[in-house]
Amino acid sequence: MSFIKLLFFIFSSIAVLSAFRMVTTRNSVHAALYLVLTFFSTALVWLLLEAEFLGIVLLLVYVGAVMVLFLFVVMMLDVNAAPLREGFIRFLPVGATVAAVMIIEMSLVLGPKLFGLDVYPAPAAKAADYSNTAELGGVLYTVYVYPFEIAAVILLVAMVAAIMLTLRRRPGVKYQDAAAQARVRREDCIRMVSMPSEKRAGATNEGEGA
Amino acid sequence: MTEFLAPFLNLFPEAMRDVVLILIQSLIVILPLTGAVAYLTLAERKVIGYMQVRIGPNRVGPRGAFQPLADMVKLVFKEIIVPSQANKFIFFASPIIILMAALVSWVVVPFDDGWVIADINAGLLYVLALGAAGVYGVILAGWASNSKYALLGGMRSAAHKIAYELAMGFALVGVLMASQSLNLQEIVRGQDGGIFNWYWLPLLPMFLVYFISGVAETNRAPFDIAEGESEIVAGFHVEYSGMGFAMFMLAEYASMILISALTAIMFLGGWLSPFQGTFLESAFAWIPGILWMFAKISILLFLFLWFRATFPRYRYDQIMRLGWKVFIPLTILWIVVEGVAVYFKLGPWFA
Repeated sequence: MSFIKLLFFIFSSIAVLSAFRMVTTRNSVHAALYLVLTFFSTALVWLLLEAEFLGIVLLLVYVGAVMVLFLFVVMMLDVNAAPLREGFIRFLPVGATVAAVMIIEMSLVLGPKLFGLDVYPAPAAKAADYSNTAELGGVLYTVYVYPFEIAAVILLVAMVAAIMLTLRRRPGVKYQDAAAQARVRREDCIRMVSMPSEKRAGATNEGEGA
Repeated sequence: MTEFLAPFLNLFPEAMRDVVLILIQSLIVILPLTGAVAYLTLAERKVIGYMQVRIGPNRVGPRGAFQPLADMVKLVFKEIIVPSQANKFIFFASPIIILMAALVSWVVVPFDDGWVIADINAGLLYVLALGAAGVYGVILAGWASNSKYALLGGMRSAAHKIAYELAMGFALVGVLMASQSLNLQEIVRGQDGGIFNWYWLPLLPMFLVYFISGVAETNRAPFDIAEGESEIVAGFHVEYSGMGFAMFMLAEYASMILISALTAIMFLGGWLSPFQGTFLESAFAWIPGILWMFAKISILLFLFLWFRATFPRYRYDQIMRLGWKVFIPLTILWIVVEGVAVYFKLGPWFA
């Protein structure tokens, strides 16, 4: 067994185990962390497949951004897990049936008959200076330019919609206008009043009362 | 670079040589880095001291030179206190996570031409992705401590890191467009030819945004709201003592040095001499590239200390506004400007 194969088994078993723990753990923060571990080991498996761009982007997008937001929300919400677990036995047969059907379907499609080494021989290893990123960019912006742009526009629409959902003007709520705060000048806040100095009534000594 | 190790490596069986070599290379980077972190803390106290007309540490050793060692001994021997009801595993794991995230990025940093542990093609992305992983240490430390102040610090940190990471990523897109490579060595080679060929000039807004976002990413003043000692005591690491606290400090200073090194590589020509192309070039040709690199890193680190001595802490909403409403639009605008410049092959940079 080569070293890479050993690494593959280590990473993929960590991925599967942590995915399993993510579903079964009771603590929602732990579940989010197991999901992070799953993403991490999946990214490592992708690296073994010489897909370094996709592997690193998986880390960047899911571990670096999406899961941080997830953790943020999960920590803020005080989720009570007990009501979520009610009826576990009642739904177990349905869940088990769905899971079994999915496993059978996937083993039919992904079995060695269709994806075995004799059908898809292992691709030759690329040279060290082969740039995964440049190849992906080339394909995305030439062959698949329309699907790529359409996906980008759909994401943009989703983003605009999400921002619109949060934009509601409620009357009576006071906002700070940071631009106005930064623009403020001394003359707006302070009025210099020039007054003649006065002597205190009954003062005997010059300079007293300082 | 590693030929001189050949006699030593031959002691090991064939299959282990690569692993041993990588371990040695990692030690060559990590040990001096730890020393640099120790003396950066001293430099920080001295520099800020002088800026505030104080002397700074001056008791341990000549002019306080052994102060970091004394601090280290103190931190190692302090009692480690675990708060009641804390989530123990995560409580102890989070300093390790944050330290690991601060150290593993160094694997792609080139100190001189060819002096890099892993010369990977997607180096820029790797740095960005692992920088993002560091935020987990802060959030989890805040959550696992089971303390209100710590949780507030963790939450603040999560929100502001997301904002500044985006600005940082866009700034890196600018570097990528100029150098047409994600490999950090290629990026430095693309800036060959003197101080005006470095990317700080064509990418000036991105240079500033990247460095300021770097200050924010490392939780340094004036963006240190995750600690905010006047508001939330010490934020995410309020419950840590002894070595746990030392690891947070180690990670913070190591990532300060990392941000400075990356800024030097991407905008200030890395190991290249600033006198290239001038009459002084031959006079300074004897200086090895790694010294130029260290000089640039030191100047940027001095800026970190200077900021801390000078600026008051930002208010939380001001940080958010600066990140989302100023930096991100600015970098997007400059990507468009740069696109035009690349299209017309402007100047020495995009030719």
